[in-house]
Amino acid sequence: MAITLNNSTSPALNDEALSRYLLRMGDTCLILGHRMSELMGHAPILEEDLSIANIALEQIDQARAWLTLAGELESAGRDEDALAYYRDEHEFFNLTLAEQPNGHFGDTVARQLLVSAWQREWYQSATKSRNEQVQRLATKFLPQSEYHWRWANDWLQRLGDGTPLSHERAQHSVDVLWRFTGELFSADDLDEAAAAAGIVAHPSELSTASRAALSQAFNNATLTPPVAEPIRWHGKRGEHGETLGLLLAEMQSLARAHPGVNW
Amino acid sequence: MSDVAVHDASHQAQETNFQARLDAEDKIEPKDWMPDAYRKTLIRQISQHAHSEVVGMLPEGNWLTRAPSLRRKAILIAKVQDEGGHGAYLYSAAETLGASRDQLEIDLIEGRSRYSSIFNYPTPSWADVGAIGWLVDGAAIMNQVPLCRCSYGPYARAMVRICKEESFHQRQGFEIMQVLASGTAAQKDMAQGALNRWWWPALMMFGPPDAASVHSSKSMQWKIKRFSNDDLRQRFVDATVPQTEHLGLSIPDDALKLDKDSGHYQTGPIDWDEFNEVLNGNGPCNDDRLAQYTKARTDGAWVREAASVFAEKKAASVFAEKQGASV
Repeated sequence: MAITLNNSTSPALNDEALSRYLLRMGDTCLILGHRMSELMGHAPILEEDLSIANIALEQIDQARAWLTLAGELESAGRDEDALAYYRDEHEFFNLTLAEQPNGHFGDTVARQLLVSAWQREWYQSATKSRNEQVQRLATKFLPQSEYHWRWANDWLQRLGDGTPLSHERAQHSVDVLWRFTGELFSADDLDEAAAAAGIVAHPSELSTASRAALSQAFNNATLTPPVAEPIRWHGKRGEHGETLGLLLAEMQSLARAHPGVNW
Repeated sequence: MSDVAVHDASHQAQETNFQARLDAEDKIEPKDWMPDAYRKTLIRQISQHAHSEVVGMLPEGNWLTRAPSLRRKAILIAKVQDEGGHGAYLYSAAETLGASRDQLEIDLIEGRSRYSSIFNYPTPSWADVGAIGWLVDGAAIMNQVPLCRCSYGPYARAMVRICKEESFHQRQGFEIMQVLASGTAAQKDMAQGALNRWWWPALMMFGPPDAASVHSSKSMQWKIKRFSNDDLRQRFVDATVPQTEHLGLSIPDDALKLDKDSGHYQTGPIDWDEFNEVLNGNGPCNDDRLAQYTKARTDGAWVREAASVFAEKKAASVFAEKQGASV
């Protein structure tokens, strides 16, 4: 199904609101990339160390671009590092899914699949964004996101259709993490405004394509589509669980111990 | 002539022919005849090299989550990934000699194989990431550039690519040190602390002095090794001392001096007792490194099993489809 963007003469999102909106993507990339980097050297197969590093690196690269753009739009003189290292938990707007700990390999795969299902459709839609910079970055990052999806999708299939143990674990991972998918597809005021301004399609439209892809992925992996009701959880509004604070404490520790220096 | 005598004579002829090929700088390829000892030596060396790359992901990996800027984080992810990639193609090179990667990994866990002792030292500060790139990768390059001419083709070719990447890493490491050394007093202290920690272990990376080196002479004859441990160590010292002066840091060796006659720097005595201690499992991080390596392998067993069962199912279904199509 083709996703349509609003082309009417809707009010443009002001720069501050757009900055805040783009931090949702930038912070999701940053936190997910960071989580993947935690796994390097600890993967079940050496080749997966390399794949995980690819995903980590691309998510961090994407984060740098979005944070830089968000910083420019905000006009408060914050660059990518000021935004990454000198904001506190409640000022991060990543999806709650992205901050979930790595768990076992099945959890890592399921988290990547669910985030990629959203991210891929977001990028796909934003390749037609009315904002030129958003359009340019989305076009650049869409192929990376396709690869991340494919990696997760392939692994979900191996685990789901592998041994009884791997099937059970993959099913459990998907069921548990599904609970955090509510905010992917339900729109709040900022999502509504971004869609109205033609930045990216409305979450309800992204949802249709993502859900279809996920349903196919679960089916290929011989898994039962998760039925648990997603919980009301809104990382994208700065409301986080308990693990993000620990992640940030680690990530920001050295930078904050020596503020203002050149690295 | 008896059968045994015929066999001995033909074996002798193969040995002579093999050495003649080496002397003519021919590359030995996987399917060529080679003496068992040559094969064993290479499997030992290549697998230990591969293990070192893989275990070597851990000390620098310690800073992936704390890199002080996103640029540094991205560079470090790419660097650690490169090390893993080196491990992957070195394992492949070892497989061309008939070794199984699975067995090589088990050999490491069960203590029949080793990785470079250098990775048994800790990385307590960010500057250690710089020092590893600059000194450890720098020393590795000195060791490895001659391996690009190693007589065994797959190893030599793998080393060409590895050396290119290592030399990039060395420049990145030096650049980290440069920024720290010209930064705040705290950053400079960090850089000096890392140099103090890595200088002597880096010199030990070239292995024991020539007089005490167990494997050297045969490896030289087989053109696996081209220069002696002491020669390579000297090259490293001569290259690194001026770099250290450029950084404005001090090498932790009061006895270090330039010998005007030879043009070489002379270092104080290397503490080979420390080298042997670390080699024998008593370095600061030996237990932890092996425990992490083992844990990743053990925790991942169910994933590897799933992948292999899935691949079998796939292959069976492709086979069934072909059978169906041919009926």
